[in-house]
Amino acid sequence: MTPSRVAFAAILAKDLRAELRTLQSLPAMALFSVTAFVIFRFGLDRTSLSGSLAAGVLWATLLFAGVLGINRLFVAEREEGGFDAIRLAPIDRTVLFAAKVAALIVYLLALELVAVPIFALFFLDEAAGLGPLVLILLLTDLGLAVTGTLISSMAVNSRARDLLVPLVLLPLAVPLMIAATGATEHLLALGGPSYHRFGTWLTVLGLYDLIFGLVGYAVFDFLLED
Amino acid sequence: MPLPLGAPALPLHEAGKYVAGAYIVFVVLLVVYVGIMAAKLQRIEREMSEIATIAEQRKEEKDEVSA
Amino acid sequence: MYGKGLKTLSIATVAMLALSLSLVFFYAPLETDQGFIQKIFYLHVPLAMTALVGFVVGGVFAIAHLRTNNRKWDAYSYVAIHISIIFGVGVLITGAIWAKASWGHWWVWEEPTLVSFLIVFLLYATYYPFRYAIEDRDRQARYASVFAVTAGAFVPLNFLAVRMAQSLVHPRVFATSEGGLPGSMLLTFLCCLAAIALLWVTLVKFELTAKSASGQVKRLRRALDAPAAGSGSRIAPEVS
Repeated sequence: MTPSRVAFAAILAKDLRAELRTLQSLPAMALFSVTAFVIFRFGLDRTSLSGSLAAGVLWATLLFAGVLGINRLFVAEREEGGFDAIRLAPIDRTVLFAAKVAALIVYLLALELVAVPIFALFFLDEAAGLGPLVLILLLTDLGLAVTGTLISSMAVNSRARDLLVPLVLLPLAVPLMIAATGATEHLLALGGPSYHRFGTWLTVLGLYDLIFGLVGYAVFDFLLED
Repeated sequence: MPLPLGAPALPLHEAGKYVAGAYIVFVVLLVVYVGIMAAKLQRIEREMSEIATIAEQRKEEKDEVSA
Repeated sequence: MYGKGLKTLSIATVAMLALSLSLVFFYAPLETDQGFIQKIFYLHVPLAMTALVGFVVGGVFAIAHLRTNNRKWDAYSYVAIHISIIFGVGVLITGAIWAKASWGHWWVWEEPTLVSFLIVFLLYATYYPFRYAIEDRDRQARYASVFAVTAGAFVPLNFLAVRMAQSLVHPRVFATSEGGLPGSMLLTFLCCLAAIALLWVTLVKFELTAKSASGQVKRLRRALDAPAAGSGSRIAPEVS
């Protein structure tokens, strides 16, 4: 058996390199986010946002952009036959799961690296809340990555996979959104960041990541048998 | 049964309609389910009769052959 | 054989339902706050609790399927989720009726239980399109089980998150469904809960029996070399 750490690094590197080479999803996700921000500016008829409105716009956009991009990670791989190659290799399936989740987190972080500063530029009056926001972003990305990996691994083999992933993933993401917006709305409040119930939301996010991480770890084996 | 004074509840004849509505919904769902299962049962009955016909035909053929 | 005991179960269910309904309308006292409207609770809350437990049971069956690879667990999981979804429709409609009667709107966001139930329902509603989009029967069963397990884990988490989101200022509207129920109401509630739970079990058994009968028909056809014409539109889980 290939040692886990080596396998993990190899798969992760392969996925990231593949995306860098073709640069399909990341620019698309970033562009989508910026356009969405523009639509919100006109839809809400606001030029500056704070509190719950800011949190809502930011997280709705990140979620939809993220869901759009999640499919690509698996679809491209399947079309190029990468899945079969990996299944034949003597790697522990859990390592594959961890590597996919890690790749997704990197994607989402890359998206946020572009989208969040632009959001701040467009709508925020002060950037003080952005620092602690990073923690929320990380925990939420982990949750999205875990469920995203689970669902896309299953949907990749079905018809209508482009519709299926968002359809199933969005309800699953609701608790993440509740916690993320709950924390963010106070971080982006008008008078400056506040940490009202910050601990509660962090706990909810952490619990989500833990539980679905465990579920993913337990069931991923069953997804690859064939 | 007289309502206590100051209760914000709807008057009984009004409230009765909503409660009845809720229980009616329950009954309707149940009956719809029964209907769907009835359709399945019909299909099973039809297929069984087809199969019975086929089995009888086979029996006739076998009797002819051995006769 | 799935039909065994179905008759007894149905009789028990009918008896329990009759008893519960009588208790609701002839025994349980009128509640001071909401008056007669409160009677909806005896239907709405048991339906909701049963549906939720049903979803989790569907997840447990799915775990059994993944571990034993015995297809019957997949059928059990499918049917459990199916009946729970139907109960779920009942929960949402009775919830809306209750909301309209109490608040004048057909929907309220202030009630966390109703809202989280909506989200759970939205997730399980994707079970069918998800399942039937996978064409290979083995894979369909396996993936559906993974879905059921994931969704089963989701149910409690979701309730927690929605509960947290409620601002503490808004009064819990379903306050009567919490503790502090007077004895007579509690008794009525428990009878209704038992009746609805029995109904769920009966319907699950009923549907499994029907599936089994269809499965026997297919088995007969195969034994007689007489395949059905134009069948096999969807690969639904089978029992035989």
